[in-house]
Amino acid sequence: MASPSRMTPKKPQPGPSSNRFFLVLGSLAVAGVVVIGYLVLRPKDVSIPANVTVLAADTAGFRGYLIGSPTAPVEITEYADLQCPACGSFDVLQWDVVKRQLVDSGLVRWRYRDFPLDQVHRHARLAAHSAACASDQGKFWEYKALVYQRQADWSFKSSALGMFRDMARQVGLDTGKFDECMNSKKFAGRIEASLQEGMKLGVPSTPTFLIDGRLYPGAYSSDSLASLVRALVAKQAK
Amino acid sequence: MNRRQAIALLALAGLFISLYLYLYKIGKIGTLACGTGGCETVQLSPQSRFLGVDVALIGVVGYLVLLGLAVLASAPRWAAAIWPLRWLAILSAGAFVFTLYLKSLELFVIHAICRWCVASAVIITIIFVLALQEWRRERVRA
Repeated sequence: MASPSRMTPKKPQPGPSSNRFFLVLGSLAVAGVVVIGYLVLRPKDVSIPANVTVLAADTAGFRGYLIGSPTAPVEITEYADLQCPACGSFDVLQWDVVKRQLVDSGLVRWRYRDFPLDQVHRHARLAAHSAACASDQGKFWEYKALVYQRQADWSFKSSALGMFRDMARQVGLDTGKFDECMNSKKFAGRIEASLQEGMKLGVPSTPTFLIDGRLYPGAYSSDSLASLVRALVAKQAK
Repeated sequence: MNRRQAIALLALAGLFISLYLYLYKIGKIGTLACGTGGCETVQLSPQSRFLGVDVALIGVVGYLVLLGLAVLASAPRWAAAIWPLRWLAILSAGAFVFTLYLKSLELFVIHAICRWCVASAVIITIIFVLALQEWRRERVRA
């Protein structure tokens, strides 16, 4: 058993050096709380990490953003980067026609996959995550269209998050939920999985279309895609 | 400044580092100030949780306990008591071993280095050495 001298506290005898120490410790603690408080309350920037470990839960039940009839005879997978000008050009100039002629008509089921080119497009992954957050609220296609339309406005900004937030509001998203989603980075693994899928297939650039097991790189026109689809449908009918 | 006070200051620094990482993990801080980007890779890896608890949260609680013990040991009222030093030595030894485990995960499993985690590892190593020295000194004196 410990002796009383070791267990019994001494009488308080605070010396000047002890007081000084507690003053320093207290000041540092207050300074730390102020810094942490600032970090929590400041307007946040977000970065979506690359090279995250892809978990099974990240991709469970998710094949990409899908639009069109599940029984459509042809499926087209688009590997795209929201910051890529060629993808922007395809989306702004061709997508509406492609959607009307091929998707809405029941010929094609469209599958959109993220293929962020981080080395050349600094906001690509953040943009992909913001689109995933829009999808979380059921507005992927509207949001993606707006992000492509305004690509030139946000691409060269040092921080694009503010503009993504504005666009989220414009398409009618709950910005509180959008912020929460962006801060959580919960789709980082899913985006990485999508990129890895494209790399495994050998996607060389964006946009690239995967049609009937073959890759078609480049911003194809709606007419070219329509011809391809009709040829495929005719082949299937034989 | 004596060893006990040094331990208290180091534990305070470790506490803020852990708190910073934990607040990032729960989405309260946007980005981590981390040059290599390894911090995010480590923090978002499956290994950033231990038995279902965020490692950063374990750090917050651990440093808080070490800070409390070091403050107690630094207070004139408890200067002669040996039990805060004993617990400081025992807990910092456990924290040191846990840190070695975490470092091995970073190096061999995650393949990324988080600078803040390195800073915490250095802090806990120094705390462990100081706590051990101080405990031994008090035992000899007793």
